[in-house]
Amino acid sequence: MASNPFTLEGKIILVTGASSGIGKATAIDCSQQGANLIITGRNQDRLDTTLRNLDGENHISFPVDLCSDPDLIDMVDKLPMVDGLVCNAGIANPKLFAFTSKSEVDLLFNTNFFVNIDLLREMIKKKKIKKNASIVMVSSIAGGLITSPGSSIYGASKAALTALSKSLALELSGKGIRVNSVSPGMIETNIMNDSSISEKVLNEDKKNYPLGRYGKPEDVAYAIIFLLSDASSWITGTNLLIDGGYTLR
Amino acid sequence: MEMNDFLANFAEQFDETGADEITPHTQFKELEEWDSMIAMAVIGMTDASYNVKLTGDDIRKMKTVEELFLLIQAKIND
Repeated sequence: MASNPFTLEGKIILVTGASSGIGKATAIDCSQQGANLIITGRNQDRLDTTLRNLDGENHISFPVDLCSDPDLIDMVDKLPMVDGLVCNAGIANPKLFAFTSKSEVDLLFNTNFFVNIDLLREMIKKKKIKKNASIVMVSSIAGGLITSPGSSIYGASKAALTALSKSLALELSGKGIRVNSVSPGMIETNIMNDSSISEKVLNEDKKNYPLGRYGKPEDVAYAIIFLLSDASSWITGTNLLIDGGYTLR
Repeated sequence: MEMNDFLANFAEQFDETGADEITPHTQFKELEEWDSMIAMAVIGMTDASYNVKLTGDDIRKMKTVEELFLLIQAKIND
């Protein structure tokens, strides 16, 4: 029987921001494809829920704030070598540029961008990433493809992530490690829960999507699984658009 | 929170509309210059100056500047 190149059977995958949204769906769907998961997130209760929903056994959970250096280093020390890494943790704070504060900008950039630099550097130094592993960074269409009022800092942090993924794709290619990013459009998660943008505005925005709806977390998770699997063995340095056709018009 | 200060802060978000055109009774969404960017600016100003997070729905429901003022005051006191 031919082997299935899309499976994640036997692969150890680390997913950040796995307490909710895209991270949670990615972790669960990866487990359904046979992967062993290492999940991390700041909210212990919600991370536990994700852990309980994973298929199969031999999964590990780290309820830590990766923005804390000692916690990040401690977690990396405890990690096994991984076959895949999904840099997914991210927050948003829609606000016109003129009203952003230094601390808000720092928080957005730390969570969305700098933490991934620290995590990857630490994992590479401590040799926790296997040869031929696959790294996926979760960016956004707001990261340089499109923009909207209020998304300047969020978009800048995501654009930084997309650029980082390309240069890492080149630098790590010698070890066979692939690095790709995904750029989702608006996905139905909690990321917009505390924002000032009303439901009415969001419903109007849905009409801008040719496929007629916002994305679901699994729409992004399935693409991430493809990029983590052997089926994408010759794909590196790409930025996969997952946007229901939004950027077509 | 003072009405005069609020009026000044509110009026500052407009480029073409004079401060004298903005009173407590002004129906702010009827102002010619009003648009969604100014709405976002008012939300940003309210957060920065009063630490209150207004939503788009709040802006939609309030008619006059005074109603907005009272809503913000109520949120401060919450």
